[in-house]
Amino acid sequence: MAKRSARPFSVTDLPGFATIAIMAFVALYVPILTLVAYSFNGATSVAVWGGFSLQWYVAAWDNTVVQAAAMRSLGIAACASVLATTVATMAALGTTRTAPFRGQTAIYVAINQPLMVPEIVTAVALLIFFAAIKVATGYTGLAYLVMAHTAFCIPFAYLPIRARLEGMDLSLETAAADLYASRWRTFRYVTLPLLAPGIAAGAMLAFVISLDDVVITEFVKSAGQDTLPTYMLGQMRRAITPETNAISTALLALTVLLLTAFFLLTRKRD
Amino acid sequence: MSEAATAAVAVEGRNLVKAFGQGNAAVRALDDVSVTIAKGEFFTLLGPSGCGKTTLLRLIAGFESPTSGAILLDGRDITALPPNRRPVNTVFQSYALFPHLTVAQNVAFGLQMLGKPKAEVAATVDRMLALVKLEAFAARRTSQLSGGQQQRVALARALAPAPQVLLLDEPLSALDLKLRKEMQTELKRLQTETGITFVFVTHDQEEALTMSDRVAVMSAGQILQTGSPRQIYTRPANRFVASFIGETNFLTARISGGAAHLAGGVIALPAGTADTASATLAIRPEHLRLAPPGTPGALPATVAHSVYFGTDSHLHLRLADGAELVARQQTSADGAAGPEPGTEVGVLIAEGAVQVLQE
Ligand SMILES: Nc1ncnc2c1ncn2[C@@H]1O[C@H](COP(=O)(O)OP(=O)(O)OP(=O)(O)O)[C@@H](O)[C@H]1O
Ligand SMILES: [Mg+2]
Repeated sequence: MAKRSARPFSVTDLPGFATIAIMAFVALYVPILTLVAYSFNGATSVAVWGGFSLQWYVAAWDNTVVQAAAMRSLGIAACASVLATTVATMAALGTTRTAPFRGQTAIYVAINQPLMVPEIVTAVALLIFFAAIKVATGYTGLAYLVMAHTAFCIPFAYLPIRARLEGMDLSLETAAADLYASRWRTFRYVTLPLLAPGIAAGAMLAFVISLDDVVITEFVKSAGQDTLPTYMLGQMRRAITPETNAISTALLALTVLLLTAFFLLTRKRD
Repeated sequence: MSEAATAAVAVEGRNLVKAFGQGNAAVRALDDVSVTIAKGEFFTLLGPSGCGKTTLLRLIAGFESPTSGAILLDGRDITALPPNRRPVNTVFQSYALFPHLTVAQNVAFGLQMLGKPKAEVAATVDRMLALVKLEAFAARRTSQLSGGQQQRVALARALAPAPQVLLLDEPLSALDLKLRKEMQTELKRLQTETGITFVFVTHDQEEALTMSDRVAVMSAGQILQTGSPRQIYTRPANRFVASFIGETNFLTARISGGAAHLAGGVIALPAGTADTASATLAIRPEHLRLAPPGTPGALPATVAHSVYFGTDSHLHLRLADGAELVARQQTSADGAAGPEPGTEVGVLIAEGAVQVLQE
């Protein structure tokens, strides 16, 4: 008979746990760390270390094409995340603050469809759809990208907002109504302030997702509408330079910043 | 409040039915409830869990609309009004304080929603916080308060808009015993000072008896009896009320000629009691007296066992026909023990103590 261990079962006690954990961390982070390290490379090669230097950051910063792509990326992400968060907030309210109705599950699935449909399928569909509109209207501006980004950002904004709404004590809204607040004022003075961290988290997640998108952007963009990721993809096709590393690192820094904020906003308060 | 019937009516419920769910699965949380609550009254809904107390309160507040029936406030039909348009406020069991607002902002909320001028809001908030003795906590977050303090904020918040009726759903149930007693006194004081009609929900009979002007005893979606605590205790309308409030002995007897006939003897009843082959008599334990066996008018009984409670003890007695009775005996000054089990005794029933129940 096995000796009864005083401690409850823990997965950390399994043989090989440490090895596998270390391997997983290596696989996840060594490539990223390499990328970050080489973005400070003084040499022109991406493979040979030539001493610490910020030259590639300076080069990227001074590159007007990079500047334009970065501004475009930020602009699209800002517009798309605001739009997606607005829609997501309304959708979350509609699916949590109404009496259960027929087709509620169907609506839930429909809202989260972008999470399930392969991105390439959406990309091709949007390409064909927008091409037709472009021909019909003659408009070829950034609105197509903003719309496309809004659409796939909605579920990312929706999920944290909905989670927060579901966790909210419904009696608070009842109490507001009891204290003479109309439906709108209940929303304005009770629901919205309590929901704010969820909305901010949703917006941040949407922003990051938009900033990071390659596939749909690549298909939908018109000529001269490169975002930072599609610009980098274009660069990589020709030559890999440490400049790309520098841009990637900057993008990584921004993403980490936003995701940290997201984490801080959504974690449970004690 | 003995003049309750003639005093002005604050709230009236007419034939209220509330069914949850559809068809066979439907639950009748309220089953034809009619109730009249007088102005300035401390009215208590008392009943076991699930009897529909909260549902009745939610109907009055407007959080739920009745399946059928009507609710009148000050003589006006408010059945169709949403909660924010009813001059009625609620103290929630969970308090439901707004966590993003300070104590003062919580108390100010209702006044602000009513569009009161700033100066008036500030003055009323100060007055309310003084009323519940929380002046020092005005700027605190509600999460930084103890349970009793939160409870008082909830009370101040609900009282601030000076509602015609204040609804309280088991507001003290989350508090420990000592705080609970304190808050009972506090609530009663506030009600007297403000003169606002209180509709109070509890399943604690002692709380109901000590605080209320009138009590409505509920069971299974119905009001079984409404009356002053004294009426409810001394003249319970039926077996449920008699057993739910205080302790009661039930005896089955034949009634004829104005007296109840039991196996061991006869008990005189008030004049005019109708003859019945089998009726249930309710007798409170404190109305039974022990006498030497053979005392005229006493029922012969045997002591089965006794339970000592300090101020008194409960003597479990067995009558000639095997029926059990509990008699409460005050502990005597010298602390002497009561009769031993097996002792033959006579049981005297105080005059007027017998209540014939309608089944
Ligand atoms: N929203 C609802 N949906 C379905 N059934 C409900 C709903 N609300 C209450 N009920 C049912 O109605 C009945 C009365 O409920 P209610 O909450 O009024 O009881 P209560 O007297 O307040 O009980 P307690 O002392 O436990 O709070 C219960 O059987 C309950 O299950
Ligand atoms: Mg209840």
